[in-house]
Amino acid sequence: MKTEELKRLSCEPVEFKVKEKRTLLGFSRKQLCIPYGVFLACFVVLPLLLIVFYAFTDQQGGFTFDNFIRFFTSATTLTTVIISILIALATTVICLLIAYPVAYILANSKLNKGGTLLMLFIMPMWINFVLRAMAMKDLLTLIGVFEFNNYLNVIIGMVYDYMPFMVMPIYTVLMKMDKSLIEASKDLGATGVQTFTKVVFPLSMPGIASGITMVFMPTMTCYVISDTFGNGLITIIGKLIDEQFTTFSNWNFGSAMAMVLLVIMLISMWVTGGFKSEETRGTNL
Amino acid sequence: MKKFFQILYLALVLLFIYAPIFTLVVYSFVDTPIVSLEKALEVGFSFELYGKLFRDQALMKIVWDTFLLAVIVAILATILGTTGAIGIYYSKGKLGKGVAGASRIPVINAEIVTALALVLLFAFVFTESRSYLAMVVGHLVITTPFVVLSVIPKLKQMDSSMYEAALDLGATPFKALTSVVIPEILPGILSGFMLAVTLSLDDYIISAYTKPAGFDTISTYVYGAMAKSSANSSLPALRALSAIIFIVIILVVVLNNIRTRRKGA
Repeated sequence: MKTEELKRLSCEPVEFKVKEKRTLLGFSRKQLCIPYGVFLACFVVLPLLLIVFYAFTDQQGGFTFDNFIRFFTSATTLTTVIISILIALATTVICLLIAYPVAYILANSKLNKGGTLLMLFIMPMWINFVLRAMAMKDLLTLIGVFEFNNYLNVIIGMVYDYMPFMVMPIYTVLMKMDKSLIEASKDLGATGVQTFTKVVFPLSMPGIASGITMVFMPTMTCYVISDTFGNGLITIIGKLIDEQFTTFSNWNFGSAMAMVLLVIMLISMWVTGGFKSEETRGTNL
Repeated sequence: MKKFFQILYLALVLLFIYAPIFTLVVYSFVDTPIVSLEKALEVGFSFELYGKLFRDQALMKIVWDTFLLAVIVAILATILGTTGAIGIYYSKGKLGKGVAGASRIPVINAEIVTALALVLLFAFVFTESRSYLAMVVGHLVITTPFVVLSVIPKLKQMDSSMYEAALDLGATPFKALTSVVIPEILPGILSGFMLAVTLSLDDYIISAYTKPAGFDTISTYVYGAMAKSSANSSLPALRALSAIIFIVIILVVVLNNIRTRRKGA
């Protein structure tokens, strides 16, 4: 019996019942996320629930689907949505086409020792984006391109403002990529093109997905660029929502449109592989 | 040959990125309402726009207000985000997952939806949706998640036994946190702080919806001035402002690069 007892004692990890000790203001280490959690519940989750509430009510507060029916049956809103999607698509594709080679060259070249060259590509991100837009508009005016086409202007403005957000995540993924895979592919007889299409490109998909979410959504909604570059003639969905809130004070219809955007966001998040991808966005000075 | 094309390509993209900024800097020395070559040749080089910028009290106040807001927001976001990140990282249960999930919403959500949601909340609770407090809260909503995102990787890199070792050696949990954990994750905290400053400075939409009447940030002011077309007299002075901001950014980035290079060597 005694040996049994001893055996039990020696085998069983002795539970000291360490109670998570208090670290700061009476919070344990885990509980440190409570203030932030409360903040998020009050100022992120609750406001979004309010949007859903407003979207399903009329201006007297009664339950209704009218806001959504109006949204999906009005020619103006549908045209705006289509135009927004087309502008956002064009911007995203152009950003990707310009940014991918940049990220690829930077990730594979000795030119970019220690990320110095990369700095040059993302430095403009630290200038206020409205000032950056102003600079681009001035340049377009100076070289006389600004008169050609409003849509072209808006797309140039958006590509200019959002391209760094495409370079960063792709670069991060390419840098983290196991370089021996490329060597292995070459050893196994693949040509340079094959290695790229079968190995490098598929492996960089998470970066591309993250870049797309970071460019597509803002370009659909950021009406600052479409207003200043489109001579006031191009309306995107962000502007439409803004007008409902500021000009027409129809918060219910505005909320319904915001909710459509929310749903699009959720879908795009689901398509591009969930929540994880945005972690590549964290950029350091 | 391949290398030549690579350099050529990078050079072209850099030209696209820097041509507007270069134009802005050059025309910050030309006192004209519109950017055009004839005007530049006619008026010539001067520091007049810089003079106008510094004499324009209203504009200087806007610049000061914008930076003050960014610093206040960044300090609060860093505290909230760092404690939040530590909590999320050490709590493996539902609490941590829930907070981490909610923290991702503002990152992915369209900024206008975040802004309007906040307007609804403040109108609902305080009847008045515009106030300095509302604006600070709005900026915190969009910046704090990025502080969390830059602190968590550092927590992952940290040797988890260090905290326990400190406790075993008799440190109080508070002491262990402040003198072991915080120094380890300090680079993440600092880059989170910097990210919060830049995101706050860069923001237009949240400020536009929550700013109190009569208050302007650089973004809302420039947008207003651009929307009112080129007739606005203080718009040229903004070129001087942008040029200064750009030079400061180059200096910070270059100094920071030299510093990290030294540390690495």
